[in-house]
Amino acid sequence: MAIFLDEDSRIIVQGMTGAQGRRHTARMLAAGSTVVGGVTPGKGGRDTEIGGTRLPVFDTVGTAMEETGADTTVVFVPPRFAKSAVVEAVDAGIGLAVVITEGIPVHDAAAVWAHACATGNTTRIIGPNCPGVISPGKSNAGIIPADITGQGRIGLVSKSGTLTYQLMYELRDIGFSTAVGIGGDPVIGTTHIDALAAFEADPQTELIVMIGEIGGDAEERAAAYIKDNVTKPVVGYVAGFTAPEGKTMGHAGAIVSGSSGTARAKQEALAAAGVKVGRTPTETAELARLSGRPSLV
Amino acid sequence: MDLYEYQAKDLFALHGVPVGPAQRVVDDAASAAVVAAELGVPVVIKAQVKAGGRGKAGGVKLAGSEQEARERAAAILGLEIKGHPVRRVLVTPATRIAEEYYVSFLLDRADRAFLAMASAQGGVEIEQLAAERPEALARVPVDPLTGVDLAAAKEIVRAAGFPAEVVDAAAEVVAGLWETFVAEDATLVEVNPLVRAADGAILALDGKVTLDDNAAFRHPGHAELADTAAEDPLEAAAKARDLNYVKLDGQVGIIGNGAGLVMSTLDVVAYAGEPTGTRPANFLDIGGGASAEVMANGLEIILSDPDVRSVFVNVFGGITACDAVADGIVRAFELLGEVGKPIVVRLDGNNAEEGRRILTAAALPGLSQVDTMDAAARRAVELAVAVAVT
Repeated sequence: MAIFLDEDSRIIVQGMTGAQGRRHTARMLAAGSTVVGGVTPGKGGRDTEIGGTRLPVFDTVGTAMEETGADTTVVFVPPRFAKSAVVEAVDAGIGLAVVITEGIPVHDAAAVWAHACATGNTTRIIGPNCPGVISPGKSNAGIIPADITGQGRIGLVSKSGTLTYQLMYELRDIGFSTAVGIGGDPVIGTTHIDALAAFEADPQTELIVMIGEIGGDAEERAAAYIKDNVTKPVVGYVAGFTAPEGKTMGHAGAIVSGSSGTARAKQEALAAAGVKVGRTPTETAELARLSGRPSLV
Repeated sequence: MDLYEYQAKDLFALHGVPVGPAQRVVDDAASAAVVAAELGVPVVIKAQVKAGGRGKAGGVKLAGSEQEARERAAAILGLEIKGHPVRRVLVTPATRIAEEYYVSFLLDRADRAFLAMASAQGGVEIEQLAAERPEALARVPVDPLTGVDLAAAKEIVRAAGFPAEVVDAAAEVVAGLWETFVAEDATLVEVNPLVRAADGAILALDGKVTLDDNAAFRHPGHAELADTAAEDPLEAAAKARDLNYVKLDGQVGIIGNGAGLVMSTLDVVAYAGEPTGTRPANFLDIGGGASAEVMANGLEIILSDPDVRSVFVNVFGGITACDAVADGIVRAFELLGEVGKPIVVRLDGNNAEEGRRILTAAALPGLSQVDTMDAAARRAVELAVAVAVT
C-alpha cells in the first residue's frame, strides 16, 4: 500500500514536450513510473522519444485518458496557461493532478479550486508549486529524486521540496510508504490534513512526518485534526522561526503577517496535539526514530 | 507587492471608485505648502508608508493654512513609522466626514476562496474592532467563480449594518473595489475609512492594496508601482540578478536551495548562535536546478554585505547538482579574487561526492566542508564569532 500513487498509476504529463516536461518525464521513467503519454495542445498525434521510450502526445487530457487509460497527470505547463490546463484535467475527470508549476497567480489557483469544488471534487489536486508525490519502489509523479531512499513505513507530508528531500535522506535507512509535497503557495489542493487522513488509513504507514513552514494556519488546523483523528505517531518540523514579519520567504505563502502564521504558534499547536516537534531537520529525524514502532528500529 | 495609499487610490479611481478630491504626493515641506495653496486649505497631510497605524504615530495631520501645511509636512517627513522612514506625504483637501465605514476583500487561505469584510464602524484599527466587537464586523465569503456584482455588494453592506440610505451608493463603491481586486490581481484591497461625506458622497479616503507578484506577467504596468528607492540596496542588487534574497540583521550569510531548506538553515544557525547572539544575515534561495553562475552571483551578493562575518552554503541537491554548486563556488572565488571571509559548505544529495571532491581539489582559502547541516551551522557561527573577536 501507499497513498495517492502506486504501481498501478498510469501517468500522463501536461507540458511534456517542453524542456522541464521532457527532463522530468525522463527521470520519472527512470524511477520506474508508468508514464503513458503527454499532452501538448496543437502537438497531438506526434510521438516523441524520451529516455529511450516512445510516448504518444495528445491534444487534450480527455483523449489521452481514452487512449492510454491514464489516471494521473503531472502538470509542467507555464504559469499563464496552468489554470486552463488544470481545469481541463479536472473536467476530463482524471483522478490525480499533480501541479508542479511555480508562480501561478493566486486568483487562478482560487478559480481552479472553486471549479474543482463546483464540479464535485472528483480530482485530487496536489500543489501547485510542489515537488509532487513519490511512493518509492512503486511510482514517482513529479520531481522528487527517486534515488534518495526506498520503500518503507514512514509517510511524509511537507510544504517544502528540499526539506522533503532532507528528511527522506536523514531517514533513508527506514524508507517511506509515500512522500507528498503539497507546496508552499497560499492556495493549494491537497492539504496536510488530507495527507494525514490518508496515512492514518494506509496499512503500510506506521509513522508520519509532517513538515510545515510559516504562513497561514494549515499547521494549526492539522494539529487539531491529529489530536482527534490520528492514532499513528506523528513527528513534526516547522521552518521559519527567524523569518521577519511582512517579508515573503521564497514561497508565495511563506509570510508572517502580524501575529498570524508564525512558526512558534505552529510548533506550539503541534506540540499541544501530542506531536513531537524537532528544532532542526536532523533532530526531527532522531525523534522519528525514537517514536517509531519496534518494526521501525 | 504592497502599494502606498496614493497608488492604491489611483487604482481605485481607475476602476470607478470615488476617492475624493484631488491628491498630490510631495517629498519636501515647501512643495506641500505650494500644493496646499493650489488645492485650497484646509488640507490633510498624510505620511506615505507601507505600514498601518499612521494616525496614531502622528503621520496624519490637518493643516489650515499654507504655513501650517509646510510645518506639518516637515514634521511628518522626519518621522519613522514602524521602522519605515517617511519619504513622501500626500496632500489632499480635507473632506467633511459624516460617517466612517470599513470594507475589504482578501484571500481566505483556510477556505481557499475570497472573503469580504465590512463594518459600519470604520476609522478604527480593524484588528481591534475584530477582537473587541466581532459582531460589528461582517464576514461574507466570496466565490471566486461568481464574484461580487451589485446585488452581492448590497448584501455585504447590509450585513455590515450600513444605514439604509447609503446602501445603494456604498454597494456601487464595494462593487468597484471588487473589480479592482480582480482586475489588478490583488490579494488585498482594504478601505479604512470608507466615508459618507457631509454632502452625501461615498468616498474611499484611504486605501491599502497588495498585488500578487505571480500575476506580474499580465500586468506590465505594475512594475512602475515598485518603489525601488525604498529597497535595501543589497535586496535591489539581488533582484537585478533574479536572486531570491531577503536582508536580515545577523552576521552569518546564508545560501541554500529551496525556500523551506533555506528558512530551516536560518533557524538552525540562529539556534546554534543563541549563546553568542549570532544570527543569520540573510535569506538567499538559489532555487531548484541552480547553475554555477547563480551560485557565483549569490556568493558575490552575500560577500558584499558588510555585516557578514562568515558564510554558510547549505545545499541538498534534488534537481540541483552539487557538482554545479561546487563549480559555482570555485568560479565565485576566481571572479572575486580575495574572498576574505570564512565559508562553510555542506553538500548532500545529487552528485554530492563529486561536488565535495571539486571543492577539496580546489583547496580554496577560508573554505571548509562539514558533513551535516547542524554541525556546519555551529561551525559557521564559531567562525563569525572568531572574526568578531579578532
